[in-house]
Amino acid sequence: MLETKDILETIQMIRQENLDIRTITMGISLYDCVSDDEDRLCQKIYDKITKKAEHLVQTGCDIEKKYGVPIVNKRVSVTPISLVAGGVSAEGCLKVAHALQRAADTVGVNFIGGFSALVHKGLTDSDRNLISVIPQALAETSLVCSSVNVATTKAGINMDAIRLMGHTIKETAALTADRDSIGCAKLVVFANVPEDNPFMAGAFHGVGEPETVINVGVSGPGVVSSAIERAGDCDLSELAELIKKTAFKITRVGQLVANEAARKLGVPFGIVDLSLAPTPAIGDSVALILEDMGLESCGAHGTTAALAMLNDAVKKGGVMASGHVGGLSGAFIPVSEDAGMIAAVERGALSIEKLEAMTAVCSVGLDMIAVPGDTPEDVICGVIADEISIGVANTKTTAVRVIPAVGKTVGDSVDFGGLLGRAPILPLRPWSPSRFISRGGRIPAPIHSLKN
Amino acid sequence: MKAVITVTGKDSVGIIAKVASACAAYDANILDISQSVMKEYFAMIMLADIDRLNVDFTEFVDKLAALGREQGLDIHTMHEDIFQAMHHV
Repeated sequence: MLETKDILETIQMIRQENLDIRTITMGISLYDCVSDDEDRLCQKIYDKITKKAEHLVQTGCDIEKKYGVPIVNKRVSVTPISLVAGGVSAEGCLKVAHALQRAADTVGVNFIGGFSALVHKGLTDSDRNLISVIPQALAETSLVCSSVNVATTKAGINMDAIRLMGHTIKETAALTADRDSIGCAKLVVFANVPEDNPFMAGAFHGVGEPETVINVGVSGPGVVSSAIERAGDCDLSELAELIKKTAFKITRVGQLVANEAARKLGVPFGIVDLSLAPTPAIGDSVALILEDMGLESCGAHGTTAALAMLNDAVKKGGVMASGHVGGLSGAFIPVSEDAGMIAAVERGALSIEKLEAMTAVCSVGLDMIAVPGDTPEDVICGVIADEISIGVANTKTTAVRVIPAVGKTVGDSVDFGGLLGRAPILPLRPWSPSRFISRGGRIPAPIHSLKN
Repeated sequence: MKAVITVTGKDSVGIIAKVASACAAYDANILDISQSVMKEYFAMIMLADIDRLNVDFTEFVDKLAALGREQGLDIHTMHEDIFQAMHHV
């Protein structure tokens, strides 16, 4: 039996606390599109995506209406393009990026992910081709997202790939210099990348995935933040309980939407990604949750502890609410997409070092961080290597989405608008890691006994 | 299957009648109503059986929302499953 208080709670979460489903992402395998004729490859990719995802957006809108809960994004992820474009040249890869853009335009999704390569142990010729055209692909398309996995806990860290990505990021920034280097906002460098992540820019359809799949990403920092605020002065055990219960409710909505979308589209359900994904909207902020927990500002000493507790409680609550959990599952801390994070940077409370520490206990990594445009390539590589090491050593996913905004320096900010938001430029350390980075090779996989 | 219809806005004569007529027009059978008026503010939660609805549920949602706009009210219609999922294990 429905109770009035439950109905009112749900309605309040949706209307006042920004509860939404962040994304329904359809994963589509492109293995059957393989061809050594680049035009035929592009045509097959376009045809497959537009056929499989034909009803995705409409179905998302219908579900949104049925349950009265906003579904913010409808997206598509595809097999990493380097795996299907082995028979074509670098130019062919670029054509594929345009085919992905056309397919995304046709089906009406707002991002398509999978212009990707998995190079944690080494690079194939196809991987090199793809990576060489990432800057151009991201400059010439608006909806295509790219990601490169450069390390895993089992394989170690491919420093040659990191060096290549440092160069690629700088070039992407230069090619989109007229738009605050927005290309870099669509490019993620990963360690231990999940194969079923529904969130952009890092989504792709992994090699172990079925033909098509529906993955759903939930959100709701505003709901957690309001619950904490209402709880007042309780102790941390009670607070953890409260966060768990709230995460449970949020995730149940995600599971409901995922089941419905999978059923309507006739596509298997994959996973629900239990993430607290912030938006630039007021109140929809992970930083605000940390501050509601009792920190004067996000970035204060104690932030890592608060975030670790939050992240763990979200997972514990969410796991019971969903049949299959996957993706990134945890609290996101993208600087530009979170009003509280932006404020913390602007008041000088949050530095790149603190962000790095935070990424050791929560999902993803250094996300949507704008740095001075004149940052040298090897410093970018150093930032990537540090962050990737945290993931590899801790057997978790970490990632770097860093924007060396051309022409901007500390004190300036970049503004992408919409979900990507606005980021103040963060200062980096000026000392050079050049000799270390230029050694190349691989950092061996870490040992997992003798833990210290 | 049931739908939860919430109606909020400035109180006036005949709000319940208008929403109820719309439900009747689309063959939604009203099962329960809980309503209150605080000062001039009207709030109602209505539970309706939608098994025999003569239009698609999404169209029903749109029609009631349109009625709301006409009358200066906020009318939201949601499938009961979202409440069941959230509040019942």
